[in-house]
Amino acid sequence: MSKFQKKQAKTKQQVPTAAMPDIIFMLLIFFMVVTVLREVELQVRVDFTRADNIEKIEQKRLVSYVYIGPEILGGGRYGDTRVQIDDALIDDIYAIRRLMYDKLMEEPRLIVSLRVDQLSEMGIVSDVQQELREAGTLRINYSTLRGDQAPM
Amino acid sequence: MQLKKRSREVAEVPQAGMADIAFLLLIFFLVVTTIDVDTGIGMQLPPPPDPDQEPPPIRERNLMNILVNARGQILINEERASLPEVRQLVIDFVDNANRAQDPNLSEDPRQAIVSIKTDRQTPYETYIDMLDEVIGAYRQLRDEASMREFGITYRQYQARVSREDNIIREMYPQNISLAEPDPGT
Repeated sequence: MSKFQKKQAKTKQQVPTAAMPDIIFMLLIFFMVVTVLREVELQVRVDFTRADNIEKIEQKRLVSYVYIGPEILGGGRYGDTRVQIDDALIDDIYAIRRLMYDKLMEEPRLIVSLRVDQLSEMGIVSDVQQELREAGTLRINYSTLRGDQAPM
Repeated sequence: MQLKKRSREVAEVPQAGMADIAFLLLIFFLVVTTIDVDTGIGMQLPPPPDPDQEPPPIRERNLMNILVNARGQILINEERASLPEVRQLVIDFVDNANRAQDPNLSEDPRQAIVSIKTDRQTPYETYIDMLDEVIGAYRQLRDEASMREFGITYRQYQARVSREDNIIREMYPQNISLAEPDPGT
């Protein structure tokens, strides 16, 4: 009698944990899919400016980024304004044409997101825009924060 | 023979630690993930100019020239203006046909062109502030038209129709020309 009771108590106290890894794996796979690990190492400073009349870019896969800002020299110092595409600083501004053209061939619906430091001058931005026109990447987006958003 | 069978029974993969491993990975991806949405001002650049072809003639009244210099001072059609005024000026200019019908302003919203020109030394921030105001003016016009025609905001309207069927967009095309900046001093 006593033996029988003991056994029953034991089985009751066990929480089924067999399905737990499955649940966790599902969450894991979700986050793995959502995560974009291809964040580039920024070599220029980009402090976004603000605007109110902005739109969201829904298709992130179509976006290619161009960073424009003062070069980070380390030790809190900044150099001249430079252009960075992917992981490289661009020395020759005319090289953008070919770079962007190649990207456009891979993805015809390419959107170029210009991430420009707020203190950059329009001269270089305009030069880049002229190159984008030559390359045929005409859809651009000036990356800004929403007017009331806290700075990043 | 019996011994062999027993050893086969023990060879089970321990499942207890699996959840922990999965948890660790999960926490890693949770920390790494940034679900930030890219926001910005979308623009369409004009195709590169064709040297053989003359640009189409534009009547002067259909063109609004906005000049922004390096110090952020604004000149609209040769007259000085301040940034908060810009939105109303653009609205008056673009929607002239439905408003004041001033012979010096645009003939029709579809023909109106807003040209923004800066100096090479103009800070990007100043330029974006300017562009923001102009786009804000167009948004207001489209909102008003959408409210008038359909009784919904433009954003709601935009969500309902496809890009080709968007008549509000056709009514107020966003003709913004980005002129090459002056070399400045």
